[in-house]
Amino acid sequence: MTPAQSSRSESTARQARLRALLVGSPWLGPLIALLAVYCLFAALTPDTFLLGVNLVTMVRQTVVVGVAAVGMTLVMVAGGIDLSVGSLVALTTVVIAADMRSGGGPLRALSLALLVSAVAGLVNGALVASLRITPFIVTLGTMSVLRGTAKGLASEQKIDVDPHGLDQLMAFVPRELGWMLLPPGVWMALAVGALAAVFLRYMYMGRHIVAMGSNPLTARLCGVPVSRLTVAVYAIAGLLSGLAGLLEFSTLTVGDPTDSIGLELEVIAAVVIGGGSLSGGQGSVAGSLFGALLLTVIKTGCTHVGLANWVQEILTGVIIVVAMGLDRLRQRGR
Amino acid sequence: MMTPMTERVRLQVRGVKKAFGPTAALRGIELDVRAGEVHAILGENGAGKSTLNKILAGALTPDAGTVLLDGEPFHPSDPHQAHRSGVAIVYQEPALCPHLTVAENVLLGAEPARWGFVRGAVARRKVEQALSEVVGSELVLPNEPLWNLSLGERQLVAIARALAQTDCRVLILDEPTSSLTAEHVERLFTVVRRLKQRGLAILYVSHFLEEVQAIADSYTVLRDGENVGSGVMAETNASELVGLMAGRRIELLFHRSPRTPGDLMLEVKDLAGEHKPVEASLELYSGEVLGVAGLVGSGRTELVRAIFGLDLIRSGKIRVGVFAGPASPMRRWAQGVGVLSEDRKGEGLAESLTLAENITLSKLRGLGPIGFVWPHRQMRAAQTWVERFGIVCRSVWQRAEELSGGNQQKLALARLLYHDVDVFLLDEPTRGIDVASRAQVYQHIDELASRGKAVLMVSSYLPELLGVCDRIAVMRRGRLGRARPVSELDEHAVLMEATQG
Repeated sequence: MTPAQSSRSESTARQARLRALLVGSPWLGPLIALLAVYCLFAALTPDTFLLGVNLVTMVRQTVVVGVAAVGMTLVMVAGGIDLSVGSLVALTTVVIAADMRSGGGPLRALSLALLVSAVAGLVNGALVASLRITPFIVTLGTMSVLRGTAKGLASEQKIDVDPHGLDQLMAFVPRELGWMLLPPGVWMALAVGALAAVFLRYMYMGRHIVAMGSNPLTARLCGVPVSRLTVAVYAIAGLLSGLAGLLEFSTLTVGDPTDSIGLELEVIAAVVIGGGSLSGGQGSVAGSLFGALLLTVIKTGCTHVGLANWVQEILTGVIIVVAMGLDRLRQRGR
Repeated sequence: MMTPMTERVRLQVRGVKKAFGPTAALRGIELDVRAGEVHAILGENGAGKSTLNKILAGALTPDAGTVLLDGEPFHPSDPHQAHRSGVAIVYQEPALCPHLTVAENVLLGAEPARWGFVRGAVARRKVEQALSEVVGSELVLPNEPLWNLSLGERQLVAIARALAQTDCRVLILDEPTSSLTAEHVERLFTVVRRLKQRGLAILYVSHFLEEVQAIADSYTVLRDGENVGSGVMAETNASELVGLMAGRRIELLFHRSPRTPGDLMLEVKDLAGEHKPVEASLELYSGEVLGVAGLVGSGRTELVRAIFGLDLIRSGKIRVGVFAGPASPMRRWAQGVGVLSEDRKGEGLAESLTLAENITLSKLRGLGPIGFVWPHRQMRAAQTWVERFGIVCRSVWQRAEELSGGNQQKLALARLLYHDVDVFLLDEPTRGIDVASRAQVYQHIDELASRGKAVLMVSSYLPELLGVCDRIAVMRRGRLGRARPVSELDEHAVLMEATQG
């Protein structure tokens, strides 16, 4: 083999490796975007943006969207969508607050809230699987039902209660517990993300979910219990929305039935920026978390730079569309 | 001749050729159809009938050759233009809008309008005229939404549409009766005869010989993209037509290892599906290949799907070894039955997933502890079969969509072998793949049978059924005939059974 040939075959081998890395790591793009945007704002306002406090604040602000995005990732990889996330988060805060007001302890309140959210997810899944209505419509309906339930349960008012320590989940870490670095709620979210990532990537049920989203007919042909799996996916997503609601309550320390309106769109945006596709089969937990962080970084960064709220919104929208455009180009290039 | 046949040749096709990549679909077709004549186009699956239709309807452009319509060159660039020139095609399942009414469908795209408003009175008159010409005294209400209509009625609406919109000169009916009941077939024939009186040239494409003999005045037989015979229908008979359709073919080499039929692996009794099959019974033994022949749309695929639990069944019994109970794909895999879908891209493979995932999807358990799937074990499992099947790829982590058709088919087949099933349900295992891959698939099937596996194989390609199978049963209009040893059969006999009954 001549040197030229060997160098060419080396370069094709390098290309193949790079390609394998890109295909095998769909979260790489979102991570790069996240770092780029972070560096941009760090360069623009190094005095305030780079502070440790700012970093912790941004992570704390991302947690609710992040946990919900983990659930949404599973749903969207399976080929569905869940619009009821925001309502379910609000309902969870209300359930916790209402239970504690009627004398429940924090453990009972949060167990009840998680149960309610899991059941709500189960209902979503059962409707999608049994009635064969598109998930968009089903969850559009349950979005309204859950919002109404939350308002009814709270008599259309915020419920103010003593959080009985649940607020500590998201509070800044006190000095004597400095080794924790981040609030326990953040660690919880990270643990959930790690579990979900392993589940989706390395467990057969996770692979079945990917297959179902990629081509439901093939999945069925190969003996994947498509209906049951659909129910399970929405139930898990509901449970994770409940967990997001718990963290939201911890931040707010009130049960607010009008909280998190439109949260589902932010969550979907995070998943989509993270490489998820509305047509299923694609997406990763890590990517969605990076997507969620990216949204927060843009918001915070714009505030630091002094840009108005409306500029942030325009910027966020542009980034979503650009991210999609890049993804299309990448797919076509393959 | 009992029909008023004018001597004018309405449609002339001269030396039309069409190739798709390396495969020639039409190799120089000649055709003459007169006004007021029903001309049957006959041929086996894949003989080139559809391609010819599509060219006449403007959906495809020929590579070479000319078409003359009433002596004028006719080379439509798209279906719309063909339609406007007076050549209309009605497909087996007409492309109409189910949410619109009959009248709206009839006029869609050619509504008489002024300033953007449909001129109600004119529209109504046009629709009524067209409908009365087509359906005669029978009533199809113009304001009925189309979804209320049966398939047969929809076809009539499609014909009415062809008549209402243009000065229709040539009407192509593509397999018009394959999904119709006998009563609807009769009604369609009445309509066709009426249109013939009006001087239309009608191209009638069908597999069903008895039907063609009843309605057509003349015929052209296609085989492998060439016309191999044409003439007046009254001067020929079914046997002669089948002979022309089948012809003599280049002998394919089929390897046959010694096979010893053993236990009864699959028993189907009086099976009826939602629509098809109407009635099917079969017995499949280990160590044999049982072929299911029949025309496209006769219900062979539905039979396979019903056995595998992919389609609901209305009645009948299916027994796999010792298992009777209800069927679902999950249960069938667990019972040692695997299926190869005829629709490789739509159903057989998840094209956006990797080769490794596609091969192992039906059995991910066992590739790691308690519910885990270790990628390296998945890779090793897939690698084995990729090598054994000689699937050409860069790596098993490549997406399935990047493979060629032949390699995709081998990939889909590899799944069944990875799963290690005992009963193979193969629906069109060689569809759309090259000759070399075909030969490999035949070899794999032969090896399976000689190793004592049971294989049920559906195919539209008769030589391969005769070459590979031990017994063949013929499906006709949803009914499966008795399976007979290949030694008692030849292409002619199978075709007769499939087209005649």
